[in-house]
Amino acid sequence: MTQKNRLTGGLIDHTKPLEFKFDGKSYQGYEGDTLASALLANDVRLMGRSFKYHRPRGPLTAGSEEPNAIIELRTGNRQEPNTRATTAELYDGLTANSQNRWPSLRRDFMAINDRFSQFFAAGFYYKTFMWPAAFWEKVYEPIIRKAAGLGSLSMEADPDAYDKGFLHCDLLIIGAGPAGLSAALTAGRAGARVILSEEDYICGGRLNSETNALDDMSGAEWALQTLAELQSLPNVRIMTRTTVIGAYDHGIYGAVERVSDHMAVPADGAPRQTLWRIYSKQALLCAGSTERPIAFENNDRPGIMLGGAVRSYVNRWAATPAQEIAIFTNNDDGHRTAADLTAKGVKVSAIIDTRTDAPTSEHATVLAGAKVKDSLGRLGVKQLSVELADGSIRNVSCEAVAVSGGWNPNVHMTCHQRGRPTWHENISAFVPGPDGPPGLSVAGSAAGIMSTHGALTSGAKSAVSALKSIGIKAKAIRTPKAEDAPVNLQPYWYVKGGNGRAWLDQQNDVTVKDVKLAHQENFRSVEHLKRYTTLGMATDQGKTSNMGGLAIMAELAGKSIPEVGTTIFRPPYTPTSMGVLGGRAVGKDFHPTRKTPSHFWAEEQGAVFVEVGNWLRAQWFPKAGETHWRQSVDREVLATRKSVGVCDVTTLGKVDVQGTDAAEFLNKIYCNGFAKLAVGKTRYGLMLREDGIAMDDGTAGRLAEDHFVVTTTTANAVSVYRHMEFCRQCLWPDMDVQLISTTESWAQYAVAGPNSRKLLEKIVDSEFDISNEAFPFMACGEVTVCGGLRARLFRISFSGELAYEIAVPTRYGDAMIRKLMEAGKEFDVVPYGTEALGVMRIEKGHAAGNELNGTTTALNLGMGRMVSKKKDSIGSILSERVGLNEDDALMQVGFKPVDNKEPVIAGSHLMAKTGEVNAKTDQGYITSAAYSPILESSIGIGFLKDGGNRKGEILRAVNPLKNQTVLVEVVSAHFVDPEGERLRA
Amino acid sequence: MHSLQPITALGGTEAQIDVIGDVTISECPDWSLTSISARLGAEKTIATVFKKALGIAFPKPMLSGTKDDITAFWTGPDQCIVEAPYTTHETLAATLATSLKTKASVTEQSDGWVRFDLEGADCFATLERSCAVDVQVMPVGGVTRTILEHLGCFVLRRSDHHFSIYGPRSSAGSLHHALVTAARSVLAQK
Repeated sequence: MTQKNRLTGGLIDHTKPLEFKFDGKSYQGYEGDTLASALLANDVRLMGRSFKYHRPRGPLTAGSEEPNAIIELRTGNRQEPNTRATTAELYDGLTANSQNRWPSLRRDFMAINDRFSQFFAAGFYYKTFMWPAAFWEKVYEPIIRKAAGLGSLSMEADPDAYDKGFLHCDLLIIGAGPAGLSAALTAGRAGARVILSEEDYICGGRLNSETNALDDMSGAEWALQTLAELQSLPNVRIMTRTTVIGAYDHGIYGAVERVSDHMAVPADGAPRQTLWRIYSKQALLCAGSTERPIAFENNDRPGIMLGGAVRSYVNRWAATPAQEIAIFTNNDDGHRTAADLTAKGVKVSAIIDTRTDAPTSEHATVLAGAKVKDSLGRLGVKQLSVELADGSIRNVSCEAVAVSGGWNPNVHMTCHQRGRPTWHENISAFVPGPDGPPGLSVAGSAAGIMSTHGALTSGAKSAVSALKSIGIKAKAIRTPKAEDAPVNLQPYWYVKGGNGRAWLDQQNDVTVKDVKLAHQENFRSVEHLKRYTTLGMATDQGKTSNMGGLAIMAELAGKSIPEVGTTIFRPPYTPTSMGVLGGRAVGKDFHPTRKTPSHFWAEEQGAVFVEVGNWLRAQWFPKAGETHWRQSVDREVLATRKSVGVCDVTTLGKVDVQGTDAAEFLNKIYCNGFAKLAVGKTRYGLMLREDGIAMDDGTAGRLAEDHFVVTTTTANAVSVYRHMEFCRQCLWPDMDVQLISTTESWAQYAVAGPNSRKLLEKIVDSEFDISNEAFPFMACGEVTVCGGLRARLFRISFSGELAYEIAVPTRYGDAMIRKLMEAGKEFDVVPYGTEALGVMRIEKGHAAGNELNGTTTALNLGMGRMVSKKKDSIGSILSERVGLNEDDALMQVGFKPVDNKEPVIAGSHLMAKTGEVNAKTDQGYITSAAYSPILESSIGIGFLKDGGNRKGEILRAVNPLKNQTVLVEVVSAHFVDPEGERLRA
Repeated sequence: MHSLQPITALGGTEAQIDVIGDVTISECPDWSLTSISARLGAEKTIATVFKKALGIAFPKPMLSGTKDDITAFWTGPDQCIVEAPYTTHETLAATLATSLKTKASVTEQSDGWVRFDLEGADCFATLERSCAVDVQVMPVGGVTRTILEHLGCFVLRRSDHHFSIYGPRSSAGSLHHALVTAARSVLAQK
C-alpha cells in the first residue's frame, strides 16, 4: 500500500488519503489526485491495452488529450467504458478496471495480434475480408469487433439524471489558465457579465504544473489569488469541471459540466452532468496548447510520456512516474523538465536533444544531436537505445521517458464552423486562422503565444478588445512579472530508420509505417489519409497524433506541412456522454403528456389509455368480467347505438376565428363554401393542400357574423392552426381576421345515441330549446348548463347517431363528465373510448386520418362535388389535374368479408378474385377495419379503383406480409343508417 | 349559480404549492384570461378603448402593464392577454367583447393555460435549467414567449424574485414536473 513514487508538496492534500481499486487491487491516493496520478504514485505505469494490437500502454499525457490510459470507471449500472484515467478525479472508494484485455492486463492473450502486426497494416480489413461479401456483416465484423475491442457496456440502464440549462453572458472565456484568468479579471473588473469555464477541477492551467514564478509567488498561488477576486465579483460565473464542447451559430457554445463525476454517487436529486447552452456576445478561447510527441520505435511503452505531463505529475500531483527518467526533446522544454525533476530529487539519466547546438544542463548529461532509436521493457520502459551525434549507440537506462516535441495550440473551437488554421513557422505549429466563428477571439498559447508573460498579456488585451466591440470599456490588468522565454525549437517529428514500429496515433494504433503505406497506395489527400489509416479518428480526435501524420505526409509528398493541410475538427471537443445530450428527456419524460379534462375521472373508471400524439385518450372502459378489449368495445358501441354514450373529444383542435373577413377567410381555406353559412349553424369542411390533396377535415360553427369556431382532427390541430396563421399573415395580410387556439380552453364531450337529447335536456338549462325543431342537425349555439355555466352546443355526429357535442370551460370538464354520467343513469349511459369511436365512424363510413393520408383527393374520398367551382380556394385548381381525375380513380367504398367469420385487415391490397398478386394488378387498398357488433361481422373501408361502380363485386384482400388472403365484397361505405335518418331524428 | 365544481390543471380542488429550498412553485388557478387581438386597421385606435376599458395602456412588445389586480401582457403583434382574478372576472371576455367591439377580437383563454409562479432567490437557477430566457436581465414587468419542456410558454417577471409561467393547461403535469425537477436539482447542488 506504499506510494513508492509519491513526492512531497504538490497541489494535493497529503492529510486526506483516499482508498481506490484498480483491477481489483487496492491502492491509496490523496484528495486532489487523478486516477492516473494516484496510480503513478503507486508505481503503476501499465494502465491499458491498445485498441488493435493489445500493446501494453500507460498514460502519455496528464489531460483530456490522453490516448492510452483509457479505463472502465465504476461498476454495476454506473460502469463507464473508455474513460480517461488522466482526467478521472480520485474519490474515496473509486473502482476502475483496465479494458480490452483477457484474462488480465499483464497477461493478455489477444496480445498475439501484435505478433501478426504485419497483417494488420492500414487497409488490412478492406483488402482481406473481401469474399464472400455476405460474410462481412455476419462473420468477419463480429469477430474483428470482439478482438479489437473497446470498453464494455454494463447493459444496464443508466441510473443517473442529466440536466440541461441555458446561460447568457457578455464574454465567455474558454479555459482558466494564465490567459483565461487574466482575461476574466480584466472583464470582471469592468463589470461585464463573464462566464469562465474550465475543464479541470482547479483553475490555473499550466500555472499549476510549472515552477515559474509570477511576481513573488508561484503560478498556482497567483491562480488562487486571482480566482479569489473573481469569486468576489457577482458578475463573474466560474464554472470548473466544465468543458466547452462546441462552437455553434450566433455566439452559442455547448458546454458539459461534470457535476457529480468526482463523487461515488450524485447527491439525491442532483444530475450527474449538465449540458449548458451558453449564449455569448463575445467569446475568448484560452484553451492552451497540447504537447506533441516525437515518434520513435516502440515509443508506446508504459512510462514513455510527454515532458509537460511528467512536470504536471511531479509538480502538481507530487507523483513521479519513475525514480529514473530520461528526456527526449527537440526544444528547451526538455531542459525545464530536467530542472523540475532534479529539484524533486528524481534522477535524470540523460537529456537526449535532437539539436546539435543543444544547450548544456546542470542537471544531467546532454546528448546533443542524438535521437532515440528504440526502447526496451516488456510491460514498461526499462532502457532506451540512443544513437549519438557520431552514429554510435548508447543504452540509457530509465523507467520513464519525458518526450518534448513542441506544443500545438488548441485551435479546435476555431475550426468548428469550418475555419482553417494557419501555419506559424516560429513555433512549427498551426495557429487559429482568421476565419473562425464570428465573435470568437483567441489568446494565450491557443493563439501561439507560448510564454507565460505572453499568455497573461494577450488574455487581458483580448478581453479589452472583445468588450470594446460590444460597447463595454475595460482596462487590462497589470501583468505580473513572469517567464517570457522565446520558443527555441527545431522541428523533429519522428526518428528515421529501423524496422520496428513508431507510433503516431496510440489510441487507434496507427504507426509511421501506416502513413507511408497510405501514401504508397495513393491515399494522399489528408482526408483520405485520415480515413484509410484511421489516424486521428479515435475519441481523442488525434490531439497528440495529427501533426506527426501531417509532417510525415508532407515529407513523403515533398510538400510543406501547410500545403498538406489539415482535417477539420468537429464538436464535441472531448468525448461526451449520450446521457447528457438526452438530458431529462428520457423514458416517459421524452415528451410532455397532455391530459384530457376527463382524465382523472377516466383513471378512476379504470380506463385503458392510448397515446394520440402527446395526448392520453381513454381507449376503452373495461367493466368487471370483461377479459378481452373487444368485449368492452362491443358493449360501448351497442350501448351507444341503443341508448346513449359519452366520449371526450376535447383533443380535436379548436381555432377561434374572428374578424369582419372571417367568413371569406374560411371560404378560401376550405374547398367547400362557407360565406353563406348562417349564424347558429355548423358545416362540415374539407381543407385541401395547394396541390389538391386533402389536408384535414372538420367542422366550422358560426357563432356570430364575425365569429367562427373551426375544429380540426386531433392529429392536425397544430399543423392546421399553423397553416391558417400562415394564410392570414402571408397570403392575405389585408384580410381582417384574427385567430387563436381554444383547443385546451374548452372541455368538449360527444353525447351520442337515440337518447342523447333526453340526456342533454337534463343538463342544458331549460330556457334553451334543444328540440329537433329548434335545434336541428348541424345547429350550434351558446347555451348555459347546470344552472348558469356558459357552454357551447353543437349538433354534429361522427357516429351517425343523433348526437351533440357539448363544451364547457375546461376547469369544469371533470364535473361535467360526472354530471353526464349521473344524469344519464336512467338511460344506461356509457362512456366510450377511441376504439368504439373508431368502430362507429367506420360503420358510418366517415373518413379519418387513415383516409386523409396525404395521398387522397376530395374525389377519392367521395367528396369531389364538394370542391366549389364558384370561388377560389386553396387546392381547388390543382385538384382538377387530369391525373387526379381519371375514370378509374380510387374511390372510397366499404368492404365486407364473404365469410363473416373472416377478418378484414387494414393495409391489405385489393386484387381480382383470381390471377396474379403484384403491384401491376393492384386495385386499391383497405385503410380502416373494425369488427362491427351491429353487423356481427368484420368490416372495412378503403379505396378501390372506380369503386363507386363496383358494388357487389368480390375481390381478394391480400396481405403478403402475413400471407393472408380474405375474399371481400365491395359495399357502400355507409354500413349503418345510409340515409342519415338517425342523426336527423 | 351553477352546480359544477372546478378542478385545477393539476387535477386538485386546491392549488398545488411546492416549497423547494429557496424557491416556491405555486399553481395559480384563480385567474381569468382574455386574449385581445386588434382588428385590421384598429391597431392604433385599440389603445384608446383598451385604456378606457381597463385603465391600462395596451402593452408594448415584451412588456406588461398592471393596475390593481389586473395585468395585461403582450403576446404578439397587436395582441395581448388580460389577466384578472377569476372570482370577480370569470366572464371578463364577454365584457371586453362588448367594450372593444369592432376594435378587437376577444377570446376567452382562461382555461387554455396553467399558471405556475416561481418565487424566491432560487427562481433564477430554476429557470436557467428550464428555458433559454435571459431571466437575469429581464425587466420587472417583462414578458416573453419561450419553449419550456417542449411547450410554448409565456414567462412574466412580476418582481425581483417572482416570475410567472403560463403553459398549455393539458400539459400542466409535465410542466410542473419539469419545474419541480429543476428546482430540486438546484437544491441538491447547493
